[in-house]
Amino acid sequence: MTNSALTVSGLRKAYKDKVVLDGIDLDVPAGTIFSLLGPNGAGKTTTVNVLTTLIKADGGTARVAGHDVATDAKAVRAAIGVTGQFAAVDELLTGRENLQLMVDLSPVPATDGKRIVDDLLERFELVESAGKPASTYSGGMRRKLDLAMTLVGSPQIIFLDEPTTGLDPRSRRTMWTIIRDLVADGVTVFLTTQYLEEADQLADRIAVLDQGRIVAQGTADELKRQIPGTHVRLRFATADQLDAAARVLADATRDDDGLSLRVPGDGGTRSLRLLLDRLDEYALAAEELSVHTPDLDDVFLALTGRQTETEVAR
Amino acid sequence: MSATPHALVMLRRNFRHIARNPTAVFNAVLMPIIILLMFVYMFGDAFDVGVDYIDYATPGLVLLAVCYGLGSTATAVNSDMTKGIINRFKVMDVSRSAVLTGHVVASLLTNVVAVAALIGVAFLLGFSPAASPLDWLGVAGMVVLLGFATGWLTVALGLAAKSPETAGLASVPLVMLPFFSSAIVPADTMGPGLAQFAEYQPFTPIIETVRGLLAGTPSLGTALVAVGWCVAIALVGYLWAGATFTKRA
Repeated sequence: MTNSALTVSGLRKAYKDKVVLDGIDLDVPAGTIFSLLGPNGAGKTTTVNVLTTLIKADGGTARVAGHDVATDAKAVRAAIGVTGQFAAVDELLTGRENLQLMVDLSPVPATDGKRIVDDLLERFELVESAGKPASTYSGGMRRKLDLAMTLVGSPQIIFLDEPTTGLDPRSRRTMWTIIRDLVADGVTVFLTTQYLEEADQLADRIAVLDQGRIVAQGTADELKRQIPGTHVRLRFATADQLDAAARVLADATRDDDGLSLRVPGDGGTRSLRLLLDRLDEYALAAEELSVHTPDLDDVFLALTGRQTETEVAR
Repeated sequence: MSATPHALVMLRRNFRHIARNPTAVFNAVLMPIIILLMFVYMFGDAFDVGVDYIDYATPGLVLLAVCYGLGSTATAVNSDMTKGIINRFKVMDVSRSAVLTGHVVASLLTNVVAVAALIGVAFLLGFSPAASPLDWLGVAGMVVLLGFATGWLTVALGLAAKSPETAGLASVPLVMLPFFSSAIVPADTMGPGLAQFAEYQPFTPIIETVRGLLAGTPSLGTALVAVGWCVAIALVGYLWAGATFTKRA
């Protein structure tokens, strides 16, 4: 008895000579958030398009909600909701009309329609603007409406293709809260993003996609451990203090010019407290402390650096 | 879930779009009336067409009224394809025919409204057709057939265009074509080359059919040619639209 919302094996897709997906394997347990992390052009949207029956793969199999995407597209469509990369709202219709359009197109009984629309407007804080055309909405509101439209048919599995790209930090946080609430209701979320932080914040499991291949897969913590570069930087007032600290913190790398030490760590409070306690124990004090967490660039350098080199060598 | 309710939902959506887009309403309904006023009041006296100019021009402008509505259809179809909403529809199992039929029928209904408005204004300007009720039925049939045919062709143009802007541009020839027909002046008054073009291009038999019907002197031969052209245009548009839709989405 499997409890997978989504299983993918050996998925391939090429456009003419350009290989976009080069054998993707994924397994997403039901009721979790799975994040596909990768830069532009990695194949994220292509993966979503295959899994949501919009395009056909050249090879491999994908089962979504227990149905094969190639042979049973209709059953897959009945189980999923998709919010694409560009907010697919109807700009000339109002927020309410957009939601009503989704009700009219879904198998939802018309009698429940009005209640569903009202509930969604309420839940996404769109009641006030419900009567205004979507063209007057801000980017954040548009995204919210887009997601609300996706939820009309109460899908089991929701695909979100870069749901926060282009949003301001506040709207992004709102969106994160909404996504977390979805999973609390038992929905499975398949999310693509180019932001490590977003995957970290939301996802139970993350797969890193690069040039059509999964180069790493695991929980956020597992993934971070594979990435060198999370470190604490300590800057000292004098060379003597630097020397003393370097003796205490044996695994640190020293930078004599900057009078500083790079101490590897996961950036968590526990490791930070241990570090500070240790400095205290030896009566050492740093002028400045900063935590450096790797961004997506670091992740990609670490996980894909060698592949990129071979590409160049070719 | 049959295709019919979906097509109706799409039709209602498209009709709302047209009603809320002032440019679309202007182009489809007001522009033909403005052209009618312009030709009848400004140029009409300069043309010698053998009958009252309003009686000569109205049938041609009926055709123009159909064509002027097409630009917004092409733009609307293209916007659906390029702005991502088509993917939402596809994932909701909305069929190709529902999406495209919705556009064609909305376009057709706009045409009917525009033609009715145009004929209404023509009557106010002294238009006095000799058509019998049966002839009027023939006019209505011709307008619907033409709207249907050009509607499918425009949907295909909208699907084939790269952006909504180029889609609008692609329909310009359809808007211009009536001017190079017998719509405004008889083809035989035009220069060599142009006269032949005007005589044999598809819109001339369609206009002559409408003109004959409104004058109460329909000609079966011309009508058959007109119907033939419409069926051909509709078929090309329908097949092209279907193929492009499959390729694109």
